[in-house]
Amino acid sequence: MGERMLLRGNEVIAEAAIRAGCQCYFAYPITPQAELLEHMAKNMPRLGRTFIQAESEIAAISMVYGAASVGVRTMTSSSSPGISLKQEGISYLAGSNLPAVIVNIVRGGPGLGDIAPAQCDYFQATKGGGHGDYHMIVLAPSTVPEAGELTMLAFDLADQYRTPVMILADGMLGQMMEPVELPEPIDVASLPAKEWATTGAKGRDPNVILSFDLDPEVLKKMNLALQKRYRQIEAKEVRYEEAATEDADILIAAYGTVARIAKSVVRMASAEGIKLGLFRPITLWPFPYQPLKELADRVKTVLTVEMSAGQMWEDVRLAVAERANTPFYGEMGGVVPTPRRILSEVRKHAS
Amino acid sequence: MPVSTEKMVKVFGRPASLTEARFTYCPGCHHGILTRIIAQIIDELGIVERTVGIAPVGCAVFAYLWYRCDAIQASHGRASAVATGVKRANPNLIVFAYQGDGDFASIGTAESIHAANRGENITVIFVNNQVYGMTGGEMAPTSLVGQKTTTTPDGRDPALFGYPIRFSEMIAQLDAPVYVTRQALYDTKRIVDATKAINKAFTNQLEGKGYSLVEVLATCPTNWRMKPTEANKHVAEVVTKVFPLGDLIDRG
Repeated sequence: MGERMLLRGNEVIAEAAIRAGCQCYFAYPITPQAELLEHMAKNMPRLGRTFIQAESEIAAISMVYGAASVGVRTMTSSSSPGISLKQEGISYLAGSNLPAVIVNIVRGGPGLGDIAPAQCDYFQATKGGGHGDYHMIVLAPSTVPEAGELTMLAFDLADQYRTPVMILADGMLGQMMEPVELPEPIDVASLPAKEWATTGAKGRDPNVILSFDLDPEVLKKMNLALQKRYRQIEAKEVRYEEAATEDADILIAAYGTVARIAKSVVRMASAEGIKLGLFRPITLWPFPYQPLKELADRVKTVLTVEMSAGQMWEDVRLAVAERANTPFYGEMGGVVPTPRRILSEVRKHAS
Repeated sequence: MPVSTEKMVKVFGRPASLTEARFTYCPGCHHGILTRIIAQIIDELGIVERTVGIAPVGCAVFAYLWYRCDAIQASHGRASAVATGVKRANPNLIVFAYQGDGDFASIGTAESIHAANRGENITVIFVNNQVYGMTGGEMAPTSLVGQKTTTTPDGRDPALFGYPIRFSEMIAQLDAPVYVTRQALYDTKRIVDATKAINKAFTNQLEGKGYSLVEVLATCPTNWRMKPTEANKHVAEVVTKVFPLGDLIDRG
């Protein structure tokens, strides 16, 4: 492990990307992820790597598409309105089987919204925000150190499955400072060669990167190949955390910043004699349906708490499938729920 | 009198960089000539093993099928941004973007101008046929005043839809580009000139000089509702009045 540093979430994600061997980073300024862009602007050129402040979010994701085609590790980052603009490119990345990492430091929406922390982009991230039948792997850190770990993991998963991977964080995580110890940089030369990349057709047939075929039967086969890979990801890459679930009567289902707050609520509830546990999905796609389903058989209530109107709540209800009550408490517009407020919701459901 | 083939010299043939795949272009369309010229230049410069072509959306969407080099199919208008990503990730590659007028000068306006303004060391071929060919002949940003298209059935009215955009002139105002030129293909002389221009645009990149743009006035006999010969005449006599031929800048 490297030295211990005090960094913001945005800086940790940037530094982790550099250590994961990100060779090309392209982005457009937006709050609350500016520190990420600025860390890359400062450090990428010093390392002989590519940093471009693109003319737009669409241009940035298209540059990612080009760099990913050549086989290098590449990333872009933004916040909600900018991520909406990137959806075209994300769909093309998925359709063309290209690995890339996309960071969304989510802010309040819809429209211009505000610059406060929110979780209102869950649907867009997990259900395929662009056109066509595709998914991204979506990783949701709940602490600054975890943001670093998951960013490094994101590059590995992207390469392994030839798919775009999203880091879905929020403005609070992006701005918060915590001590972190990042791993030493990887040796880029040790990464497996990408035989499919457009590196020049020397001594082989030309490689072509595309998401296109006018023959419906061929395009169907391309889609089936994607779906097959998604089933593999669902089987192997589900990640989640449980806290105090062993003898819980009530569970909070929450991710990211809200899950971190909910950990305090679990301790507060325990002091009141309420048996409260926490279920925290780390992969939002693939969502941990099966482990939550098994837990739902042992509790009376699964309370979903989000900084949204109830987006992950839909997946929680799919998993629980009426094995338990599934109430919801959410805040919107960038309002962050306090532990006390969540605890009062928990009390409503404690017998 | 029988002719002996022994003394014949082959002066013209299929470029080695062209695949055997048949073009999908309509008869009389200039895309085919242009595609062949690019393949010839790739041959002449001996760069097929390090070239990456960027195919657009539009009539040239299948461009990846016709060259024996690596290729990427880009989203509509973004070819210059994709080319930027490729070139920055691997500067040893020779990268060319092949874009139509709708792709380059309408939906891709931002990407086209900013790749030029950064002076990306790439080669852009911009095909200006004043119409959206693949989608059925709608108005392009370059459509002439009065030109009848499926979306301007009474002719392009500048009061409603503006004037044909001289995009290459806009790019020629920037400080970074090395070479910006407008060429045509309506007769042999123009084809020879265009071939030289494309050679220069690739050579500039090979020599690390920076951004080169070759705009090529092309015909679309199908959507112009003209015979190929009429279409060639139309370019020579009408289109070149609005889009004059020649080099706009040459800082090579």
